[in-house]
Amino acid sequence: MMRQNFYTAFFAAGITLILTCLMVGVKLTSEGTELRVVGATAAQWTWIFGGIAIVFLSQLFRDQISAASAGIPRPNLGKLLPAVSVQARLKPWLIAAVIVGLIVWPFMVSRGAVDLATLTLIYVMLGLGLNIVVGLAGLLDLGYVAFYAIGAYTYALLSSYFGLSFWVCLPISALLAATFGFVLGFPVLRLRGDYLAIVTLGFGEIIRILLNNWTGLTGGPNGISGIDKPTLFGLEFNRRASDGATTFHEFMGIDYSSSYKVIFLYLIAVLLVIWVLFVINRLMRMPIGRAWEALREDEIACRSLGLNRTVIKLSAFTFGASTAGFAGCFFAARQGFISPESFVFIESAIILAIVVLGGMGSQFGVILAAIVMTILPEFAREFSEYRMLLFGLLMVLMMRWRPQGLLPSKRPHMELKR
Amino acid sequence: MSQLLLDVNSLTMRFGGLVAVNSVNLAVRNRQIVSVIGPNGAGKTTVFNCLSGFYPPSDGSVLFKGEQIAGLKDFRISRKGLVRTFQHVRLFSTMTVIENMLVAQHRHLNTNIVAGLFKNASYRRLEQEAMDRAAFWLEQVDMLAFANREAGNLSYGQQRRLEIARCMVTQPELLLLDEPAAGLNPNETKQLDELIVRLRDEHEISVLLIEHDMSLVMGISDHIYVIAQGTPLADGTPDEIKQNPDVIKAYLGEE
Ligand SMILES: Nc1ncnc2c1ncn2[C@@H]1O[C@H](COP(=O)(O)OP(=O)(O)OP(=O)(O)O)[C@@H](O)[C@H]1O
Ligand SMILES: [Mg+2]
Repeated sequence: MMRQNFYTAFFAAGITLILTCLMVGVKLTSEGTELRVVGATAAQWTWIFGGIAIVFLSQLFRDQISAASAGIPRPNLGKLLPAVSVQARLKPWLIAAVIVGLIVWPFMVSRGAVDLATLTLIYVMLGLGLNIVVGLAGLLDLGYVAFYAIGAYTYALLSSYFGLSFWVCLPISALLAATFGFVLGFPVLRLRGDYLAIVTLGFGEIIRILLNNWTGLTGGPNGISGIDKPTLFGLEFNRRASDGATTFHEFMGIDYSSSYKVIFLYLIAVLLVIWVLFVINRLMRMPIGRAWEALREDEIACRSLGLNRTVIKLSAFTFGASTAGFAGCFFAARQGFISPESFVFIESAIILAIVVLGGMGSQFGVILAAIVMTILPEFAREFSEYRMLLFGLLMVLMMRWRPQGLLPSKRPHMELKR
Repeated sequence: MSQLLLDVNSLTMRFGGLVAVNSVNLAVRNRQIVSVIGPNGAGKTTVFNCLSGFYPPSDGSVLFKGEQIAGLKDFRISRKGLVRTFQHVRLFSTMTVIENMLVAQHRHLNTNIVAGLFKNASYRRLEQEAMDRAAFWLEQVDMLAFANREAGNLSYGQQRRLEIARCMVTQPELLLLDEPAAGLNPNETKQLDELIVRLRDEHEISVLLIEHDMSLVMGISDHIYVIAQGTPLADGTPDEIKQNPDVIKAYLGEE
């Protein structure tokens, strides 16, 4: 037993050594026109060997470790929440309190925090949208970012070419993304799971490359800049109004402050997230939402009961896409600048990670995961090089201890009352 | 003489070189219980798969209410009023009993998104009707008390009954049951027997039944077809089948 462990430990340490030497131990740097291989510093080597020692020891004593860790009580997030009946009674109050909190909060914190919160809310929207496709309908979509890009470019282009406002473009973006989802989904949703994943992955890349190369329309890699910010019933949030318009601070008779704009964007994001949540919550209680779940559970039974699986899958795909379009439109408005670089595959991966981390199908879990995934990297700025590494570690830990996600889905069940 | 509800002529299904079903004829009239029996691997389930559209038949015609349905998509056939169960229970096991019943009524509900988002009057009325229909059929199979239970947690017998109720709520005219008594205890089998007879006599639907439980089959069938190795062997009333030397040989000769 011990000997067996010794071999695995030795092997694991060896692999760690090779990987870390390649990834951290040596570095290519350019010196003038030449490339030079630079070894790691002494401090880095200490870290590397420390890490290898940890891997070795943890593998060697893994029986003891797992025996010891079995004794540690696992946190049960589900138990922290009050009982269902209490939840039901408190729910409207809780929702009201959360909304009020969300609205009041930005006035008390720094601009940076509000900005970060806005970004988080974008990911919440994306997570919720993908959650429909992956979590509820069980369709693995690896190119979700394409619909996000379509939403963003729709607003950017309509605004810069035709001067359409954010509020007009919001539904157009969602509609256009939905159309793309529909057109892509129609042939593709007949495919089985893994093929679907590959095709959507390809679609994501196609859209990005298209945006990159269609320089005449999209500006190619340079992207589109100077995208108009949203207005509040025509009031702008700039220091000086563009011709014919009024600014918010002039209208209110207060001094200009750049944080108004940030807070305003944040509030729009809150509004959009609430709308998305409302729609998804209704959908889950509607026939279509039930059909998504039923299809995920047993497709053959669905067919035998007269459900058209293509239409049902297509609707999930289209809904997911439209949510991404929504988020994309807002993203373009917030950034004021977009380029294909914002819509690379890793974005799809992050959104998918949010869904998996949150617990497939669970909305609250997805929100929590979106917060974790956007705020943690900010705190771990120093580790930005190792972001993906941390990310992987987080995923491995999750799969080991909580494969069902942070908050596994608790679907609202329909009740027969009498 | 009542009109033919289902009229199957020389139905054939080939899997590569294997002829699983070979020129099978079936006829089901309104308000009839017709059984298909045969040894294991005879091709009974394959016949069901062809009738319900899960496999496109290699050959032959399937007339349902006088209309050719061979080769139609499974969900279209189901919508025409020909609904089946499976040899192995197929429930939506993480959903509740009532939700299982509602999914089955998907196309009777208002699936308009806007109507659903704002719960308008027509949406609520259709939902209420679906609920009432679900409750009615749960009552019929003696499952009303379990309406809010998760389907996966029910006992095997209850799951079987729920499966039948879930088919019935789609308002079919012909119900195809694939070995509904398999795995049931004698008491549950008796209940099932009564339920199937009630479906015919009170609810005026026809049932096409695959079953190995001979006392059940002989007791309730109006007509019986025997298939062996994909080929029709005999057909007739229960008494005729009981006397038929070929059938006796096929059943006893092999054992
Ligand atoms: N999809 C398929 N591909 C290839 N062969 C099949 C397929 N489906 C069924 N068969 C074959 O067809 C024959 C009939 O199978 P079927 O399941 O219809 O028998 P059955 O009468 O329902 O038997 P049982 O009483 O055991 O349920 C078997 O030999 C089976 O292997
Ligand atoms: Mg069978």
